[in-house]
Amino acid sequence: MAIFYVLLLFIIIAAIIAVETKNLLSSVICIGAIGFGGSLMFLFLRAPDIAITQVVVEVLGLIILIRATISRDLTFISGDREFFGMVVSVVIILAIFLAGMKVFDTSLPDFGSPIFTKVPEAASQTYIEQGLDKTGAANLVTSVILDYRAYDTLGEAAVLFTSIIGATVILRRKSRKRLEELD
Amino acid sequence: MAQKEDISNGTKGMTVIVKTIASWVKVLIFLFGIYIILFGHLTPGGGFAGGVILASSYVLLMLAFGRESVEENLPLPLASKLDCLGAFLFALIAILGFVFGGVFFVNFLVEKYGQPFELLSAGTIPLSNVAIGLKVCASLFLVILTLSMCCKDFRPGTPSDGKE
Repeated sequence: MAIFYVLLLFIIIAAIIAVETKNLLSSVICIGAIGFGGSLMFLFLRAPDIAITQVVVEVLGLIILIRATISRDLTFISGDREFFGMVVSVVIILAIFLAGMKVFDTSLPDFGSPIFTKVPEAASQTYIEQGLDKTGAANLVTSVILDYRAYDTLGEAAVLFTSIIGATVILRRKSRKRLEELD
Repeated sequence: MAQKEDISNGTKGMTVIVKTIASWVKVLIFLFGIYIILFGHLTPGGGFAGGVILASSYVLLMLAFGRESVEENLPLPLASKLDCLGAFLFALIAILGFVFGGVFFVNFLVEKYGQPFELLSAGTIPLSNVAIGLKVCASLFLVILTLSMCCKDFRPGTPSDGKE
């Protein structure tokens, strides 16, 4: 359990540095550190599927962010943050967090122990008992996301498809040329 | 970046060291992505993670050799066609479930072939993994390709450093 506290401390320190630093490149690197810390946490929680996805997406996102920050002329953030607004937002978030701790203190299971160990009639019990027989997939995570919950995957694919269509329509060469002619 | 002075005279991209390592490693990354997709129903991984790995192999090529060499390999119209093909295959599997099994997205092939823990098993799940992997690979490649075009063309005054 101590490894989770070490990772959590690492993630929190990286997040604070990512917000507070003036250099954009070190901010991006700190965001990458947050992602890799989260991936290690998933790995120690015995969720290798999510850990693999997290690492891979983090690498790709880091490449995009570094390319975007390097190719810009402005790599340093200038100007101070507004002190009053920061204090107000920190107080509000802390109040919501403490209220949530108070409300959910008794009903939530411990960190790292899934909910089906406590609730016998949880839906995941059915998946674990009958998943191999009904779907034939040895990896139960895949059998959930592509068989039991395939609608969610279809929605995710539709979201990705729509966003790619939007991005390519806005950023393609032809539309930009037309904009330049208008200017 | 530090590699702005191009050592390999005239050609675009990064230094010779980066190009050599990238030309060795690209095949391994691509094969690993295909392995993650095809064995998604047996080992950790799946269509999404494998597709992102495939896209990252293309991104490695784009960073090392410049955008033009990647566009020769996988042009933008072909990438968008592959994207549409992946989405179409995934929807086709769902509709075939409706035709043969009576329910949208039903796993209609699960009894037909294979035992559990074999490569050819689990019905439509490997086919869906392949479709999603194709789709994710093509669409993330498209994102990075269009973003790199955007970076280059929006700053016409600065000299091109060739890696975009």
